[in-house]
Amino acid sequence: MRIVVTVKYVPDINTDRGFEDCRVRRTPDEGTLNELDENAIEAALQLVEAAGEGEVVALTVAPPDGDPALRKAFQLGVDRGVRVSDDILAGADYFATAAALAAAVRKLESEGPVDLVITGMAALDGLGSVVPTLLATELGRPALTLAKKLGVSDGVLSVTREHDDVTEELSAPLPAVLSVTDTANQPRLPNFKRIMAARGKQVEAWTASDLGLDAAPAARTRTLSAGPRPERPEAELVTDKGEGGKALAQYLIKNDLV
Amino acid sequence: MTNRTVLVLLDPATEIRTSALELFTIARGLGTVEAVALAGVGVEVLAQLEAYGVESVHQAEFSDAAGRVVTGDERHLPAVVAAALAAAVRRADADVVLLPSSFAAKEAAALTAHALGAGLIIDAAGVSEGDDGRIVGSKRVFAGSWDTSCEVTTDVAVLTVRANAVVPAPAAARVNTQTEPLPVEVPELGVTLASREVKARSGDRPPLEEAAIVVAGGRGTDGDFGPVTELADALGAAVGASRDAVFEGWWDTYVGQTGVTVAPRVYIGAGISGAPHHRGGMQASQHIVAVNSDPEAPIFEICDFAVIGELADVLPQAAEEIRRHKG
Repeated sequence: MRIVVTVKYVPDINTDRGFEDCRVRRTPDEGTLNELDENAIEAALQLVEAAGEGEVVALTVAPPDGDPALRKAFQLGVDRGVRVSDDILAGADYFATAAALAAAVRKLESEGPVDLVITGMAALDGLGSVVPTLLATELGRPALTLAKKLGVSDGVLSVTREHDDVTEELSAPLPAVLSVTDTANQPRLPNFKRIMAARGKQVEAWTASDLGLDAAPAARTRTLSAGPRPERPEAELVTDKGEGGKALAQYLIKNDLV
Repeated sequence: MTNRTVLVLLDPATEIRTSALELFTIARGLGTVEAVALAGVGVEVLAQLEAYGVESVHQAEFSDAAGRVVTGDERHLPAVVAAALAAAVRRADADVVLLPSSFAAKEAAALTAHALGAGLIIDAAGVSEGDDGRIVGSKRVFAGSWDTSCEVTTDVAVLTVRANAVVPAPAAARVNTQTEPLPVEVPELGVTLASREVKARSGDRPPLEEAAIVVAGGRGTDGDFGPVTELADALGAAVGASRDAVFEGWWDTYVGQTGVTVAPRVYIGAGISGAPHHRGGMQASQHIVAVNSDPEAPIFEICDFAVIGELADVLPQAAEEIRRHKG
């Protein structure tokens, strides 16, 4: 079982996130591996462990600043880390990102078959949740997205997909593209052995031309403005001394919210 | 703007949800409104389309590559929905496609935009026409702490729009909605759909993602959602939970950046500390009210009104006061 997991380096949601020149501000010390990618890595490791042999490759499209995401993936037990960096990919939108990831998966396929591409359910900066399905389309592979449960048997991937108010049972033959939700598994923690093993691993850096991409597709949207919202006024705090519920109700009534 | 055509996805076709009415309301401000349904619409649905100024409804009729009719649940899979939307855009020569911001609709939107070479905006909180006539989507990002606006630079714009972006309003005058069959070939998916279940919507409470008021319970409930549901029912509100509470099995749907994202007029969080994950799903709410026994709970930093106290005391008293007020 050979699996590619796409990962993203995102601003830590516990930090003060923002924009600079209409792009997401990315500072090296306030970034982290997208937490939802840990569920994708965990799913990949479990499938390879169950198969008894195989390889998990973490793949990212990012400038070299994004390498901490791959190093975290190494610490979780991923075998290889590939980073695609290129000036033509700066500011890549959903479509350009999916196309670059697909080209990188194809290059990995030229070394040997890739059974599965696994992604998280969203990146916590953009929260678009559309790159997995676009990646599947680019690769011409079936997409099974938002899996809450999954299993592979006889070369067929089966999932329980939960989204909004719908539950679906879906299956597709491998090779396929899978995205997993944050309830699909409990990601493992880096332990001493894995952290030591991670130290010896090197990020493999590829450029767009390594993937046969010579021009970025034209962006289809343009950010006009990005500004912080005004801070909320200081909250009205009431300590309950027996009348707290009434105070809450009166707040709603006086603001015409009932 | 006068000759712009705006398509709105209508799924399901058998009932009109608030999210669809909001999309029609937005669409009327942008141009001529047409709907795309994945099945035939009934008389009651048609009456609402007429009231909301929908000029025509494209009713998809799916068949596979061999010409066999497809009527099953496959019609709701994002790739199939996208095939219908792309076919409708081509036939109507449409300029804008609007969908709700559900997970499935986001995927359908992306695949539609991919097929058409269209620009895509996900999770718009508002849609307008820019100075040069292009479509502009506004978004509230980073847990509601930043506002961005984004212009679509392609001829066709595809947007998913968050619930509660506008208050739905019927058109000034009814229209005579035309129904038109839309032949759509179902693409080869490589996916087998064994079953699809839609959770029944409770008739008593509004759906979480569309509600004007949301009451959510967290770890502080200790598993007893009685006070939470009592206040919700007094207010006619939807009930949600924190992710922790759902993982504990106390409630089935959580508010959070990977669960349901809500932006109601009023959000009331009870026994919820306000972890970043949860804030990402509710911070865009208009009024935020918190009840927590811990005076250091981070949710107090982002709320407008808060009671420091035991939710088991505060919520039932508030419910009683609301019921008395409503008479």
